[in-house]
Amino acid sequence: MNPRTHDTLIAAGASVGLFVLWELSVRLFKIPPFVLPAPSQAIASLLPVWGVVVGHAWQTLWTTLAGFGIAVVAGVLLGAAVGTSKPLNLALYPILVGFNSVPKAALVPVLVLWFGIGTVPAILTAFLISFFPIVVNVATGLASVPPELREVLRVLGSSRLEAFTRVSIPFSMPYFFASLKVAITLAFVGTVISEIAASQKGIGYLMTSASSQFNVPLVFGGLLLIAIMGIALYAVFAILERRLVGWAYRSQNA
Amino acid sequence: MPFIELSNVSLRYDNGYLAVEGVNLSIAQGEFVALVGPSGCGKSTLLRVISGLRPPSSGQATVHGQVVRGPIAGIGMAFQNPTLMPWRTILQNILLPLEVSARHKQQYRQNPKPYIEAARELMASVGLAGFENAHVWELSGGMQQRASLCRALIHQPEILMLDEPFSALDAFTREELWQAMQVLYMSRKPTVILVTHDLREAVYLSDTIYTMSTRPGKIAYARRVEFPRPRALELTYEDEFAHIVKELREQIGGMRTQISGLKGVGA
Ligand SMILES: Nc1ncnc2c1ncn2[C@@H]1O[C@H](COP(=O)(O)OP(=O)(O)O)[C@@H](O)[C@H]1O
Ligand SMILES: [Mg+2]
Repeated sequence: MNPRTHDTLIAAGASVGLFVLWELSVRLFKIPPFVLPAPSQAIASLLPVWGVVVGHAWQTLWTTLAGFGIAVVAGVLLGAAVGTSKPLNLALYPILVGFNSVPKAALVPVLVLWFGIGTVPAILTAFLISFFPIVVNVATGLASVPPELREVLRVLGSSRLEAFTRVSIPFSMPYFFASLKVAITLAFVGTVISEIAASQKGIGYLMTSASSQFNVPLVFGGLLLIAIMGIALYAVFAILERRLVGWAYRSQNA
Repeated sequence: MPFIELSNVSLRYDNGYLAVEGVNLSIAQGEFVALVGPSGCGKSTLLRVISGLRPPSSGQATVHGQVVRGPIAGIGMAFQNPTLMPWRTILQNILLPLEVSARHKQQYRQNPKPYIEAARELMASVGLAGFENAHVWELSGGMQQRASLCRALIHQPEILMLDEPFSALDAFTREELWQAMQVLYMSRKPTVILVTHDLREAVYLSDTIYTMSTRPGKIAYARRVEFPRPRALELTYEDEFAHIVKELREQIGGMRTQISGLKGVGA
């Protein structure tokens, strides 16, 4: 068996195992569905309302991607500023850390006040919660470039800009991709927090309304959907990472 | 007229540390110069001043009769660490200077074939034949260092700055690369400044050796070496060679006893 398939089997096996354990426990201990539904019940609860569920899932997905997209742009720009300029680093880092310490759930009401309920506060929450790891990683990557690597180019006649694009950018790419995987999952958290508090669309809203009708299996169905979308997007970025900056991993294993 | 000249160069780093003071140095075109001295005496700092990566706090460096005011293009550099780029293959790493140096980049872009051929020959001359498409992490430290030397040489620079490039290697590899270095030097006659801790290496390779003293860094002593090239490795075991090594050793030893003497006074 090739090692790649082997790894995939371990990963898939563990997830399947978890669901089997969950299913068996619920059946064995006769846990009532309004406390903890079995995964089969959670999935079954989605089927009759599938059309509606897909609409909500789509809403959550694109809201997350929009917030994440803004986070990538803002994160890269801020990270580049903090990572390449000492004064900007000194000025911005404390502000960024302070800002990151604020619970984003607490910001949702403020965003609603400014933008009304719906998609806009959800996009902004997804953005606010996910841009910090991108900033930190991009800044760390740029600041870790060995000075000799840049000096080699400078004494060949490269401008600072060329040294930056040829050395600093590729060098910090692995840091950037590592942060994308964290950021995309955080962006889902942001979207759902905001949908739960202030929206009439999205999986977050689906879960609140299911919960108010004591439809606990549907709440868990919603949770499963979020997890699945999260894993799928994480996988997309993990694959992109392997493709684009695989050298970083192989050079560490050597 | 000297090719590279330092006149009264001092450099104080931002933290206030005076790294080198009042350094005067003349290097002729095509001369092979070694800088030796204790760690931290400012050898790398002098290389930075000459290459224009750091402006001196006072005094000036001239290269080719022109005052250095910013990085001067077309230098080949190699360091103690190979500093290769892991996102490029070995051959791509070695070709990098051709992509960026103004003297070559246009021609290289239009017709890369002869350059690639030259790179392959250069690689073969240091024992790297067959590793063109290898990745950086597939090579041992010594092989990466060879690749780094090829990168420093591929664009036929007029000036070569070698900052302890052999010091992390095992003794056999090191002596092998001394010989390879000598061959490359003789075929192209660049002006070379080699920083090293190894006095045998300095004597084997150089025309002139400068020893430096520390705190702040100053040129303490200069020694010409007149052995004709090519120099055989066996030369390093001959009396005359050993004599020069001993002389340099005593120079640096003298500086060291002064330092420990000062410590004794303080204690
Ligand atoms: N960027 C820097 N900022 C402050 N001090 C430095 C810097 N670079 C080197 N130094 C100091 O200057 C002295 C000379 O350094 P260097 O030229 O690297 O010495 P060498 O190459 O001879 O070992 C050392 O004491 C070192 O600590
Ligand atoms: Mg040094």
